Amino acid sequence: MRIELVKRKEQSRLMLVLSPLIAVGLTALAAGLIFLISGHNPLIALYKFFIEPLTQQWSLEATIDKATPLILIGCGLAVCYLSNNWNIGAEGQFIVGALFGSFLPVLYPDFESAATLPLMLVFGALGGALWALIPALLKTRFNTNEILTSLMLVYVASLILDYLVRGPWRDPGGYNFPESRIFSDAATLPEVFGGLMSLATPITIVIALILAFVLSKTLKGFEIRVMGESPRAGSFAGFSAKRLTLFAFALAGALAGLAGTMEVSGGLNQLLPVISPGYGFTAIIVAFLGRLNPFGIIVAGFVLALSYIGGEAVQSAMGVSNKIASVIQGLLLFFVLACDTLILYRFRMVSRRVPQGETSHV
Amino acid sequence: MADTAETERDDKARRNRTGDNTLLDARGLTKRFGDILANDRVDLVINRGEIHALLGENGAGKSTLVKMFYGSLEPDGGEIHWQGHRVDIDNPAAARDLGIGMVFQHFSLFEALSVVENIALALPNPGRMSELASRIETVSRDYGLPLNPADIVADLPVGIRQRIEIVRCLLQEPQLIIMDEPTSVLTPQEADQLFLTLERLAGEGCAVLYISHRLEEVKRICHHATILRHGQVVRECDPTRETAASLASMMVGADVASVSAGSVTPDIGAVRLRLDGLSARAATPFATALNGVSLDLRAGEVVAIAGVAGNGQGELFDAISGEMPVAAAMIRIDDRPCGTKGITWRRKQNAAFVPEERLGHGAVPGMKLSQNIVLTRHGTGDGLVSGGMISTPRASALEKRIKQNFDVRMSHDDPEARSLSGGNLQKFVVGRELDRKPGVLIVNQPTWGVDAGAAALIRQALIDLARSGSAVLVISQDLDEIFEIADRIAVISRGYLSEAEPAADMTRERVGLLMAGGAESQGEVA
Repeated sequence: MRIELVKRKEQSRLMLVLSPLIAVGLTALAAGLIFLISGHNPLIALYKFFIEPLTQQWSLEATIDKATPLILIGCGLAVCYLSNNWNIGAEGQFIVGALFGSFLPVLYPDFESAATLPLMLVFGALGGALWALIPALLKTRFNTNEILTSLMLVYVASLILDYLVRGPWRDPGGYNFPESRIFSDAATLPEVFGGLMSLATPITIVIALILAFVLSKTLKGFEIRVMGESPRAGSFAGFSAKRLTLFAFALAGALAGLAGTMEVSGGLNQLLPVISPGYGFTAIIVAFLGRLNPFGIIVAGFVLALSYIGGEAVQSAMGVSNKIASVIQGLLLFFVLACDTLILYRFRMVSRRVPQGETSHV
Repeated sequence: MADTAETERDDKARRNRTGDNTLLDARGLTKRFGDILANDRVDLVINRGEIHALLGENGAGKSTLVKMFYGSLEPDGGEIHWQGHRVDIDNPAAARDLGIGMVFQHFSLFEALSVVENIALALPNPGRMSELASRIETVSRDYGLPLNPADIVADLPVGIRQRIEIVRCLLQEPQLIIMDEPTSVLTPQEADQLFLTLERLAGEGCAVLYISHRLEEVKRICHHATILRHGQVVRECDPTRETAASLASMMVGADVASVSAGSVTPDIGAVRLRLDGLSARAATPFATALNGVSLDLRAGEVVAIAGVAGNGQGELFDAISGEMPVAAAMIRIDDRPCGTKGITWRRKQNAAFVPEERLGHGAVPGMKLSQNIVLTRHGTGDGLVSGGMISTPRASALEKRIKQNFDVRMSHDDPEARSLSGGNLQKFVVGRELDRKPGVLIVNQPTWGVDAGAAALIRQALIDLARSGSAVLVISQDLDEIFEIADRIAVISRGYLSEAEPAADMTRERVGLLMAGGAESQGEVA
């Protein structure tokens, strides 16, 4: 007796939509079991982890705040991964974007006009794109492995940030703390919807929707998908793999840089030695949990953001280690992949071969 | 279908075939993949010293059957008797232990290693390398397949590489050798050499199970043939007493329409594609350089380029299609230099291309057929793309038209490319280009691995296109195909192209000589 995975001829469209929800359900079940084993009431713990953050204004705001950069970076990464470009350096592109976006409010604090904020966002996107183009050019020109180069540039970027806020960009009136000056009002991203979220969130959602349209309806989106699945067929179609690599990296870098600028302008309001709790890396999980599809990424971004907030919630309310957040993220990834496998394959039980001829040949 | 009398005769023949000499006796072998019954109660008897042909169209279940003999697939039902004992062949190692060897159609050799190293890797107990090397020399010479054990595989032509596979198999002293389309990569002379070896093996009592699409050679060397259709044995026969046409009709279950080149002599017009001293360096150590390839392709004619695989056909195709840029003047389409232009530009000049590899080059496996139409026709003014947006209804309409005009069979509307059988997908990728009525069409291996019915349809379509005033260039390794459709024939060898000569003046022997290096010396003189 053994179990075989047999490829399904047709994939159920319904299940394709339902599978992430089933995965979330299974994750909750498994998480409940873990809470039970560690001596807590699983229902209360699950409530505090998954539901309560959504019922209170402050924790809902925090979830949206955290989800926004994850979604924006994840969308850019999806374009890279769909086209077979393994950009692991979104964290660095996020930081360099934040630096480019901050140079106006930090070096020219008196430049306060309606153009300040739009200029900052443009510079931020530009900075992230330029930083991302380094591994892209190295790949297209010298055939280097973009996984390594993009990852290494993360550390370069965070050291540049560290140097700037401790050195030349330190706040002159800041008692030698390693911080830049606080951004002026003109350089601060406003809040919308009665303070529920910063302007960053609607901007992110609009960009995700545009990207969803581009990927599914346009020739560019077609090119991205063809190149990812079959580069040889892509070149037969007349698409250039090198140009697409540059495009995908530049786009992912620009979105990460934009996220970085919006994070410092909307949330932190100044530059600090550390400006990201690893958004650029977590966004990789977000991109794959969302199946490299912008709509999926929006949902995945919220789920992962919720797991951070929920982890803090159970820690403060019930004394459970907030490492439970990582466990639950891992469980979620596991269940999503397992559900996806069952969309593509089905189980078949195979008993040990029974010779059919045996009886007839007596 | 065979009538009752024939069936009875076949049954009798089968009973008569089993006896003391029986090596392998398969009874009622069944293998199911999902809903598809790949093998349906297949009976097969192989006797010692017999060259046994296994015939059938693509998808008839030949590969599935031999994979069960070689232990790489497990039957769902039925049993295999080996020398009178019932056996379970769980894996290829078990098959080799029994004395069953296999030579695959696609070689599994490491190009960077030497002959002896490659063989040592496949043997359970290779022993000392020097001893193995001398054994290889002796065995290969004895069987008329001489090999130098120290040669690096990457330097060897395909025919020699196949020898390595065969010698590797012989070293294990098999009693049954399974060969999957062994001559598809050989020149006629190399094939003759292989037949001598097979006859000698048979004379020594070794059995050969021989899969081939080339019915002439089956007639020539095989003692017995089993014909599969839709997973079932439909006939057994003595191929020497059949004609190629009768064998083909048994395979497809109907008379194969023969291709007609048209009674009228083709109306040859202006040069539509000119290759002028086309040269390109080899892009990788394992690629072939092109050396001053020149050819004029005129409106109204089909020119075929014959040659053994790996002699620069792929590189030539890539240069003409624009996937590999060369100097501008080396290639002219309708007298416009385009060596540096991309493939989309050339398509806009009304050129069309069909590459050898259907899946992964000609089509994206995981995309629907309608999306695969956009792949090659997004820039050719079919209204598939406007303002950067893809028109799905337009693509679906084209997909329906191509499906209908080229008889592409599929289980449901607009499936993914990978779910089509080889022949149907080939009809689709050829049909996708023919549907445009291109002025210049370049096809690499138009009917490779395609069943007889689909091949006839494709060949006829190519001839019809040429007769309507287009120029058609066919790159092929199949001489039957070339003589069937070509007006002129050139031969490519090691990146040199021979002068294209009228097909009527060419013989198989002459093509064979050019394949074996004649084209090269001609090219060097020129």
